[in-house]
Amino acid sequence: MKYLDEYRDKEKTELLIEQIEKKVTRPWSLMEICGGQTHSIMKSGLDQLLPPEINLIHGPGCPVCVTPLELIDKAISLASMPEIIFCSYGDMLRVPGSVGNLFSVRAAGGDVRIIYSPLDALRIAKNNPEKEVIFFGIGFETTAPANAMAVFQAKTQGVENFSILVSHVTVPPAIRAILESPEVNVDGFLAAGHVCAVMGYWEYEPIAKKYQTPIVVTGFEPVDLARGILNCIQLLEEGKIGVENAYPRYVQQQGNLEAQKLIKSVFEICDRKWRGIGNIPMSGYRLNEDYEKFDAERKFSGIQEIQTNESSVCISGEILQGIKKPDECSEFGSRCTPEFPIGATMVSDEGACAAYFRYGRMKLSRTNF
Amino acid sequence: MCLGVPGKVIELYEVNGMKMGKVDFGGAIKEACFEYLPEIEVGSYAIIHVGFGLSEVDEEEVEKTYELFREIESFSEKLPDPKK
Ligand code: SF4
Repeated sequence: MKYLDEYRDKEKTELLIEQIEKKVTRPWSLMEICGGQTHSIMKSGLDQLLPPEINLIHGPGCPVCVTPLELIDKAISLASMPEIIFCSYGDMLRVPGSVGNLFSVRAAGGDVRIIYSPLDALRIAKNNPEKEVIFFGIGFETTAPANAMAVFQAKTQGVENFSILVSHVTVPPAIRAILESPEVNVDGFLAAGHVCAVMGYWEYEPIAKKYQTPIVVTGFEPVDLARGILNCIQLLEEGKIGVENAYPRYVQQQGNLEAQKLIKSVFEICDRKWRGIGNIPMSGYRLNEDYEKFDAERKFSGIQEIQTNESSVCISGEILQGIKKPDECSEFGSRCTPEFPIGATMVSDEGACAAYFRYGRMKLSRTNF
Repeated sequence: MCLGVPGKVIELYEVNGMKMGKVDFGGAIKEACFEYLPEIEVGSYAIIHVGFGLSEVDEEEVEKTYELFREIESFSEKLPDPKK
């Protein structure tokens, strides 16, 4: 397809890798923020094609992975209630809660539906006025415009049996948290192109300056990723700090202003807990006062307190912060596989453990290499 | 889930006051909301994410990228690799 195939072109990718080889003179660690980028890197083999000086660290940009256990348990409790139709993106159904997952709720007779867009959940609510429809509204800034529109439309159209269980997180506070962590050493960031398509990249400029770390807005196809890496290496090698846009065909500095306007009128900024990482101040969204009756947590406040039980062997928190890589986990590929995942990073299409497993980045193959 | 995918807008219409449309993803047709891209027209390409158009392709930038590749190509041909 136009605007897709040419960015998967092997020769163009190799041309950019040649340029990277020419520029690089010393080791650099770059973090790609988004799990979609991690998958594309593994799938295209970019990690193995790059010069050995470049170490790619995988970031926390997997919404399914960072949704806190408390909320997954809450989702499971809500979805088990007989009067509820629970709607979610497909990935969330297999994420392990303290006991079971949303698939097990469905197997036990719960009405759990996989949807493609939050507007589908709104339609289900309109068609089932005798039921309560809850949508699991997770994600980064990329899903916020869709969720904001669903709630806005619910209010405008007077759909009162619709609410969302919100678990929204945002990228800039996560970058700041990573840069402040003594355990992580990142020289430069590849920012997630589609998050920037919504929010722009003006928010990253003060971060780059404060932490003296370059940030390059990067796309998702191999050519886009190689271009983002080349830009970042150029900045680092030349000792320049700043934000560059290596995905200009879809991203502008100011972002999508229409989307930002609705996000602002529906959500407010709040502290959010990230699974495996912990609380990050001002790192997420929740529905504001005007929309509180569409907030499933407030509407069904009886299920507020739930005792959670996190796996003791899973190191996904360290993986999401870039401290460890999936093949350093003792369970990886043995007791933990995409079929029987222990942690959320093995479930999602954007999780680093799933990417390593799917594309064969086992310790064994590395030493054989 | 978080992956936006480019698609070609093949039809635009209104539902409940919202700008909606049909998008062709290399053969698969899906519906998307275009409230966030009020200027978009049939025939344009956009990134679609969970059923919402988020960004329209900037053709000028696409041209500039092709130009960049042409430059790199001619540059690589002219210059020997300093490390070899
Ligand atoms: S391999 Fe499984 S157990 Fe290990 S960190 Fe990844 S998800 Fe957790």
